[in-house]
Amino acid sequence: MDFTLTEEQTALRAMAAEFVDREITPHVVEWDRAESVPRDLVPRLGELGFLGMTIPEEYGGVGGDHVSYALVMEELGRGDSSVRGLVSVSLGLVAKSIATYGTEEQRQRWLPGLCSGELLGCFGLTEPDTGSDAASLSLKAVRDGDDYVLTGSKMFITNGTWADVAIIFARTGGPGPKGITAFLVPTDTPGLTRTTIHGKLGLRGQPTAQLFLDEVRVGPDAILGEENQGFRIAMAALDKGRVSVAAGAVGAARGALESALAHAKERVQFGRPIAGFQLVQEMLADMAVETDAARLLVWRAADLIDRGEPFSTAASMAKLYATETAVRAANNAMQVFGGYGYIDEYPPGKYLRDARVTTLYEGTSQIQKLIIGRALTGISAFA
Amino acid sequence: MNIVVLVKQVPDTETERKLDPADSTVDRAASDGVINELDEYAIEEALRLKEKHGGEVTILTVGPEQATDSIRKALSMGADKAVHVCDDALAGSDALQTAYAIAQTLGTLEYDLVILGSESTDARTGVVGAALAEYLGLPQLTLANKVDVDGTSVKIQRQTDDGYQVVEATLPAVISVVEKINEPRYPSFKLIMAAKKKPVTKLSIAEAGIDADKVGLANATTQVVDFAPAPPRTAGTVVKDEGNGGVLIADFLASKKFV
Repeated sequence: MDFTLTEEQTALRAMAAEFVDREITPHVVEWDRAESVPRDLVPRLGELGFLGMTIPEEYGGVGGDHVSYALVMEELGRGDSSVRGLVSVSLGLVAKSIATYGTEEQRQRWLPGLCSGELLGCFGLTEPDTGSDAASLSLKAVRDGDDYVLTGSKMFITNGTWADVAIIFARTGGPGPKGITAFLVPTDTPGLTRTTIHGKLGLRGQPTAQLFLDEVRVGPDAILGEENQGFRIAMAALDKGRVSVAAGAVGAARGALESALAHAKERVQFGRPIAGFQLVQEMLADMAVETDAARLLVWRAADLIDRGEPFSTAASMAKLYATETAVRAANNAMQVFGGYGYIDEYPPGKYLRDARVTTLYEGTSQIQKLIIGRALTGISAFA
Repeated sequence: MNIVVLVKQVPDTETERKLDPADSTVDRAASDGVINELDEYAIEEALRLKEKHGGEVTILTVGPEQATDSIRKALSMGADKAVHVCDDALAGSDALQTAYAIAQTLGTLEYDLVILGSESTDARTGVVGAALAEYLGLPQLTLANKVDVDGTSVKIQRQTDDGYQVVEATLPAVISVVEKINEPRYPSFKLIMAAKKKPVTKLSIAEAGIDADKVGLANATTQVVDFAPAPPRTAGTVVKDEGNGGVLIADFLASKKFV
């Protein structure tokens, strides 16, 4: 067993780290308060190749393996989960799904722009009334001649207000997972409107939206994959997406640890740095062990993807453990910081707020446990 | 236009840097090697000139085996190829010998411009550029914060304490740059992936036309006689404001030549 990274992986990680230190970290407080990262950060991410990882070069991507992808997501997560999330969704859920399930025409139309950051994608699965039970979604696509007419609403859509293209999962058949189709809908299609969701606890820099579709008409060429195959596409996207969220959570946990460590060495109480107190060391040690364990779970899942092996359960394990770790680590970091950690000028608060959502979205921790439980027992406790 | 950028690998300034007590040379095992920071500005300037005028950017490094890491980074920023002069006989060479070794190696290459950082963060002699120009018999344009190439001539703004001088020369020439000149780019994902395939020519001193008697610690023209760790920080001066605090602070800053 060899955990040594390749020369390119090492260089990519160093590049991502340098980008974060120079172009992200100095601005995170400002972006968090403004509830928006700058829009022109998206083409910048594209320019550096972050939005084209794992996508073939012929479609404007930069290639690369999933371990490299995880390394970059960890760095972005250490910097700002809002930025990491932009990439996770536009590349991880949207571009990768188009690369896997799209027709040649769809790939040519969308992938170069998504990889360069000229375009941004969003993933419309969740609805106001369907979260974990995604297979019960109700947004309707009604056949009209060759066209489909979509009506309904999508909730908590990352990149929603900025996206140029949305993958909209809609009901085309009977109830349940087998009646769902994925559509590639340009967001300027008449009938599609969106509103920004304000007041999020974390990921405040990210444009999160509710989408409203009122008789949005698309042609048959908008179907991604095949009719009524949509749920499978959604689940496959989320399987891989979990590795990306998990890698970002490892970054948040590491960022929390690094900030707590630096603070503990500098902060003097009772005549010595608080890093010298056993109860503080216990918190730091817990954070370090859990962060490393989470990273190893992420690397295993990414490596399984690269080797073409089944990875779903490994991805759920990584997502469950890494996101819960990020929350605990950020919470511990706040404890180490004391009162200062409660002020947004210091890192722990943002790490905690940003990490908190990762145990909720792309499958809650409870759903991950049910997926793992189903793999262990062969019995599905849901659906 | 073909540009050669001189890249030196130095110990990371963020780590504790040490000299080897045995021979007073840099203890390379004590800290990670990175590209000398000012050389990144030199690479950036070369890439910008290439984008404007076409041609090729070649990285030239004289240094030990592990300098390969820095060469890869330079290539992943966008340079086209590299020449690495790597030979045990070079160990312990001083600034003049290094300039000689570079001059000899440049004799095997075609170039219109040589660009380097104005000094390295380890030895900080700041003389390699000037010495190199002397060896090559070429004009030297040092401490550039702006470079413009026009046909067969090059014009720079030479940074001084009070402003700048405009200096012009014919090509080929040697230019050293300061950090005000630009903002170095990061290697992009694509370039990192491509860097592995770019050619790195490794030369022994014989292949580079370097005379073994003129390089290495034993033949050095300068010698490190003694060295000592930097003294620990002393307590600062506390200025008590009794209505004249501003004046006292201004006096202090003036005494340290900050104002």
